[in-house]
Amino acid sequence: MQRIGVFVCWCGTNIAGTVDVAAVSEALKSEPGVVFSTNYQYMCSQAGQDIIKDAVKEHNLTGIVVCSCSPRMHEATFRKTAAAAGLNPYMVEIANIREQCSWVHKDMLTGTEKAIILGKAAVAKVNLNTPLTPGESPVTKRALVIGGGIAGIQTALDIADAGFPVDIVEKNPTIGGKMAQLDKTFPTLDCAACILTPKMVDVAQHENIRIFSYSEVEEIGGFVGNFDVKIKKKARFVKEDICTGCGACVEKCPMKKIPNEFNLGMDNRRAVYIPFAQAVPKVATIDPSACNMLKSGKCGICSKVCTAGAIDYKQKDELIEEKYGAIVVATGFNPISMDKFDEFAYNQSRDVITSLEFERLTNAAGPTQGKLLRPSDLEHPHTIVFVQCVGSRCDACAEKGKEYCSKICCMYTAKHAMLVRDKYPDTEVYVFYIDVRTPGKNFDEFYRRAVEEYGVRYIKGMVGKITPEGDKLKVQASDLLADKQLHIDADLVVLAAAIEPDKTARPLATMLTASMDTNDFFTEAHPKLRPVESPTAGVFLSGTCQGPKDIPETVSQASAAAAKVIGLLVKDKLTGNPCIASPNELMCNGCSSCERVCPYGAITYIDKEFPQPDRTVAVRRVAQVNPAVCQGCGACTVACMSGAMDLRGFMSSQIIAEVDAICK
Amino acid sequence: MHKDNEKMKSEIIRRSGVNPSKCMRCGKCSGTCPAYDEMEYHPHQFVYMVESGDIEPLLSSESLYKCLSCFACVDRCPRGVEPAKLVEAVRLSVIRQQGANHLTANDIPEMLDPDLPQQAIVSAFRKYTK
Ligand SMILES: Cc1cc2nc3c(=O)[nH]c(=O)nc-3n(C[C@H](O)[C@H](O)[C@H](O)COP(=O)(O)OP(=O)(O)OC[C@H]3O[C@@H](n4cnc5c(N)ncnc54)[C@H](O)[C@@H]3O)c2cc1C
Ligand code: SF4
Ligand code: SF4
Ligand code: SF4
Ligand code: SF4
Repeated sequence: MQRIGVFVCWCGTNIAGTVDVAAVSEALKSEPGVVFSTNYQYMCSQAGQDIIKDAVKEHNLTGIVVCSCSPRMHEATFRKTAAAAGLNPYMVEIANIREQCSWVHKDMLTGTEKAIILGKAAVAKVNLNTPLTPGESPVTKRALVIGGGIAGIQTALDIADAGFPVDIVEKNPTIGGKMAQLDKTFPTLDCAACILTPKMVDVAQHENIRIFSYSEVEEIGGFVGNFDVKIKKKARFVKEDICTGCGACVEKCPMKKIPNEFNLGMDNRRAVYIPFAQAVPKVATIDPSACNMLKSGKCGICSKVCTAGAIDYKQKDELIEEKYGAIVVATGFNPISMDKFDEFAYNQSRDVITSLEFERLTNAAGPTQGKLLRPSDLEHPHTIVFVQCVGSRCDACAEKGKEYCSKICCMYTAKHAMLVRDKYPDTEVYVFYIDVRTPGKNFDEFYRRAVEEYGVRYIKGMVGKITPEGDKLKVQASDLLADKQLHIDADLVVLAAAIEPDKTARPLATMLTASMDTNDFFTEAHPKLRPVESPTAGVFLSGTCQGPKDIPETVSQASAAAAKVIGLLVKDKLTGNPCIASPNELMCNGCSSCERVCPYGAITYIDKEFPQPDRTVAVRRVAQVNPAVCQGCGACTVACMSGAMDLRGFMSSQIIAEVDAICK
Repeated sequence: MHKDNEKMKSEIIRRSGVNPSKCMRCGKCSGTCPAYDEMEYHPHQFVYMVESGDIEPLLSSESLYKCLSCFACVDRCPRGVEPAKLVEAVRLSVIRQQGANHLTANDIPEMLDPDLPQQAIVSAFRKYTK
């Protein structure tokens, strides 16, 4: 039998104003197991806590019920008090007689009656409480960052600067992501390469960072503090440690007509290539689908010209196995495909381009060396139409567009329009918009500058259709404020395509058991208060893989994710929450119901031997809960049809006892 | 909104199956409409006027018959509003009031002209019968 002490708090007048606290402590005195009951003005104060500690000693208490505010507020406080008095902290229960009672009732009689009932329920539960001890697990002091865009780069640098080793896995031959493809960046118009490439070099030179480029994550096992990850380093047919990045091979490769991904197919690269001059790592990669030597064994020129001897046609994919304490997802975004938007003639005319293609067209390292020339005939365009919200805010058909606002396109379109007018003042520039959304520091001022100082013509309305005719693009659009349908003969049309998460994010989320929303953006643990953590312990989110963001926001989130990772890696051991699920193996029939509902992937099954009454041994499949992964949500206890799964600290018997006490 | 307007609005909405409050006023429908210059009220205005219960002026507008029923606006509206169906529903309430079809299948052979696109006949049926 427990020896329970009851402590009723007044919370000043917060509780005592509507609940007769003396009556409550008096009524609970006669509940089973209660040996002591009292009330006090502020139970959480030092004096209040001393009352509890003294009572534990004086009355040999084995359990404590505090009738006070919400357990969210002071459960931790009173557990510490109990521990200080030598009790197991999990022998404390809180009856919430403030938020759920005094604050919602006006009448003293009903308030008091309800407080007594809540107190009885807590007493009934403590009678069944058992001491619980949280488990401990060690922490591997190394982090994995998946994706090497600006998000992954910033997160890796911050973690590495704090002294922890970090590995970046990037699926492309170089890190840098989309930012490496941009020309100038809003709102300050500094050149993207000038601010990004020094960071890429920092990554390459950091003693705590390893880059696995041209690599993908194959398999993820384990749990927070102890992830086991298999990384596939794809064969690039060039020895990374020997290649000096001189480019001799690239120059001599006879396969010259391979669409260049980095310039979005607007020019060509060779079969052996270095994506751009500042690539990190700066090593060549041979594209096996284009190389003659790899396809038919005929050529081998690059190997002959490479003085370092770095070419290796026999190179194989390599599998790397490594342990990590924390994983950061930074897989970024891509513009959506324009294939379904026939009305904008993207597939009919090379002069209808996306905004990312426009970035390459104005970039000094791009296919036109930064001269704004339209792709079809390399003429300077005199009339340019920008169309915002192409495929964003689109509710009509999920295959075509996205329901959300892509957030960055209003600003980059203002940037593009402004840059054109600045460099080529003879160009007419129209921007068709539904709304101009420019919240952000110096953002609206930036957009207004495009209109007021650079003379960009912003038109409220949407383009309805574009028809290529001769060397013109006939743009038909509405001007809602003038109540007119406009017809513009344009030389170049730029579509601000919606953005979506990288297609590899979904399979990665499955490997991580991390949750995603219906648009395949990773879900945060709490949309306001835990924005950089995934609900899966030890998995963190950085950059646009979590939602549309510009660079300033991406970098802030990247550093925030790093701070969370550092907070995890500095710990030598992780103390778990002891209130976790545990199966009764004798009742479990291995049906897998619990595994299917567990959002954290905490449940596995083993074949276990059970001695039988006739001295034989039977082997049965039974559930096992990984204490480091289980978050104690209780979903499995509800799903288990055999009643084998129970949640420690919230056993079914305890809950039933509470309900019984309330209904008595 | 006035009671009569409220009633007319819900009637049009019921008949067309369109939810005008999904419209985000982008104007893509009017940007795409081939009959724009012929119409007094343009597709996005139809949507807005039905939403605000301002249906009276639409009933007597030529626009009802200028719409080609080409459904370009339906195809391209990013919010799936289907403006042409609203135009049609308003038109039907006028035609039905007069209690007669303006066109029967028997009238067709006489009107046939090799230059007339098939779609025009189909849309004429949409517009003048029910
Ligand atoms: C046209 C255009 C103009 C823009 N202009 C500006 C501007 O002026 N100012 C501004 O602030 N922002 C601008 N932005 C936004 C900016 O590009 C993004 O905010 C930024 O690039 C997001 O960085 P990220 O690291 O989250 O994603 P990304 O840049 O997409 O990087 C993700 C990286 O992860 C890699 N990856 C993806 N999946 C995997 C995987 N499974 N395994 C391994 N690696 C993977 C990718 O290859 C990529 O390298 C612009 C965007 C566009 C489209
Ligand atoms: S071996 Fe392949 S990559 Fe090298 S030069 Fe020949 S085609 Fe190009
Ligand atoms: S940011 Fe602007 S252009 Fe992009 S989807 Fe949102 S409103 Fe449209
Ligand atoms: S259906 Fe009517 S309103 Fe719609 S685009 Fe065609 S002509 Fe215009
Ligand atoms: S296209 Fe659709 S959303 Fe846009 S104004 Fe027309 S009805 Fe409204």
